[in-house]
Amino acid sequence: MGSVIEARGLTKDYGDKRAVDALDFDVRPGIVTGFLGPNGSGKSTTMRLILGLDAPTAGTVTLDGKRYREFPAPLHEVGALLEARSVHTGRSAYNHLLALAQTHGIGRRRVNELVDLVGLHEVARKRAGKFSLGMGQRLGIATALLGDPGTLILDEPVNGLDPEGIHWIRNLLKSLAAEGRTVFVSSHLMSEMALTADHLIVIGRGRLIADTSVAEFVLGASGGVVRVRSPQALRLQELVAGPDVSVASSEPGALEISGLSAQQVGETAAAHGIVLHELTPMQASLEEAFMELTREDVEFKAGELVEADEEPAA
Amino acid sequence: MSSNAAAAVAVPRLEKTGRVTQMRVAASEWTKLHSLRSTRWSLAVAVILTIGLPLLFATVVGTHWAHMAPRERANRHPLDIALAGVNLSQLAIAVLGVLIITGEYSTGMIRASFTAVPRRLPVLWAKLGVYAVVVAVLAVPSVLLAFWGSQQVLAQHHILQISLSSPGVARSVLGGAAYLVVLGMFAMAIGAIIRNTAGGIATFAAIFFVIPPLMNVLPTSWNNAISKYLPDAAGRDVFSLTHGPHDLAPGPGFALFCGYTALAIAIAAVLLVRRDT
Repeated sequence: MGSVIEARGLTKDYGDKRAVDALDFDVRPGIVTGFLGPNGSGKSTTMRLILGLDAPTAGTVTLDGKRYREFPAPLHEVGALLEARSVHTGRSAYNHLLALAQTHGIGRRRVNELVDLVGLHEVARKRAGKFSLGMGQRLGIATALLGDPGTLILDEPVNGLDPEGIHWIRNLLKSLAAEGRTVFVSSHLMSEMALTADHLIVIGRGRLIADTSVAEFVLGASGGVVRVRSPQALRLQELVAGPDVSVASSEPGALEISGLSAQQVGETAAAHGIVLHELTPMQASLEEAFMELTREDVEFKAGELVEADEEPAA
Repeated sequence: MSSNAAAAVAVPRLEKTGRVTQMRVAASEWTKLHSLRSTRWSLAVAVILTIGLPLLFATVVGTHWAHMAPRERANRHPLDIALAGVNLSQLAIAVLGVLIITGEYSTGMIRASFTAVPRRLPVLWAKLGVYAVVVAVLAVPSVLLAFWGSQQVLAQHHILQISLSSPGVARSVLGGAAYLVVLGMFAMAIGAIIRNTAGGIATFAAIFFVIPPLMNVLPTSWNNAISKYLPDAAGRDVFSLTHGPHDLAPGPGFALFCGYTALAIAIAAVLLVRRDT
């Protein structure tokens, strides 16, 4: 029921700053796809491009081959939660939802259903400007689900939520994906994505860094480091040496070998009668894998004024 | 909100789905308009000023009439009194017109609006249409009440009586309402072009309150030739009973005012579709 989001050569410049740089990716229905990158890496911009709020400088992004603007009933196709609040502060949550629902002829009953679903029943008649960040996020989720859309695009949905709310969102995202919807959710927190996403699209400085399953992502980024302890460490170091193999030693008798699997290292040791006290394939945590991949980006950003918000000047 | 760890969250399904239509967007804009406190206040102030000021002026003129010199009396005109409120309520109408658009930009609401209606122009048409109808529905009874009320007060002093059926009187009174309706749309177009509340109101004030008096700096012949074509002067022609040699007639003046408004709306529409949000 969800549509396939396809980005092809998607590029966006703001002045002479390139926010999104030739992105190619597909987001498929039925799974939760995490959109991961440090702050300011172009996630929000990409989502605005998908929704037609900003026009790409080059390239295209489509949903099932159509541009967002071409849908006669967009709220039934795509539900969006944008990071920057998109609610008039003077209007009540109920009237905010009602006004958006009315553009598609959706009735008041649906509005009430969603107010209840996201747990805003008691404050629905209060002005949205008085809402906490968490309540604002819940209103955003209700807005996204208003048209019962096949595709959901959520920018940092867990921001500002309490642990209970975060838990609820995770279950919600998984349920929506299990129903066959397309769920595209951004975050700058790898740990959050690890718990929710099945697939990852990682960007840094507007460029695609990885487009992979969560499992592959960890495997790829860990670089296949194998830790070995041996009384004959120096001998083993000579034996495994090769053009694609690097060996580091953090303490006497211990080696961190990358470029070979644990199996290969073990077999080499056995063939030469070397005693091993430890042979451990090291799994990088998702967080480490993410840091590794985006390190260049972060180093680059630390040297200049870091923009906490990737919102372009209006 | 469920706190059950494994609970799947079921989103209730929506049975009927409908597409975006201009009428639906208009219904949405009506909800947006009346659900803001600032709207209700601005419109209430506009109505109170339109009706209240003429009553106040009629009372003041009536009680001072006995002490006024004949020449001063000759300069009083009942229509000036009846439409005095329009001059002030136009500010409330214009500020609200700007705010209806810029308020969406300053709060980020515009992103939600354009996500629901990605073709964007239906939103602009709906805002203009709904606001024009609302201003008309409030302004027409207000100016009629202002006329009738101020005439009642003046009648107690047996002065300055005028009939709605006299030549040009009905046109002037209803013209006051028509001016407010078109002015509201003009201000809204400026809001859509500038997209910033302070900037939008400042631009409106510059066009209507700053540039006209600046014309007095020009040589008189220039001033006389140019000033009547400014939006402010052209718009007023429709609710002035008398027209000097350097004014446009009510019809052409109002047509020019509508032309300026149409131009501003056209610019707003082009920019609305082209610009990033």
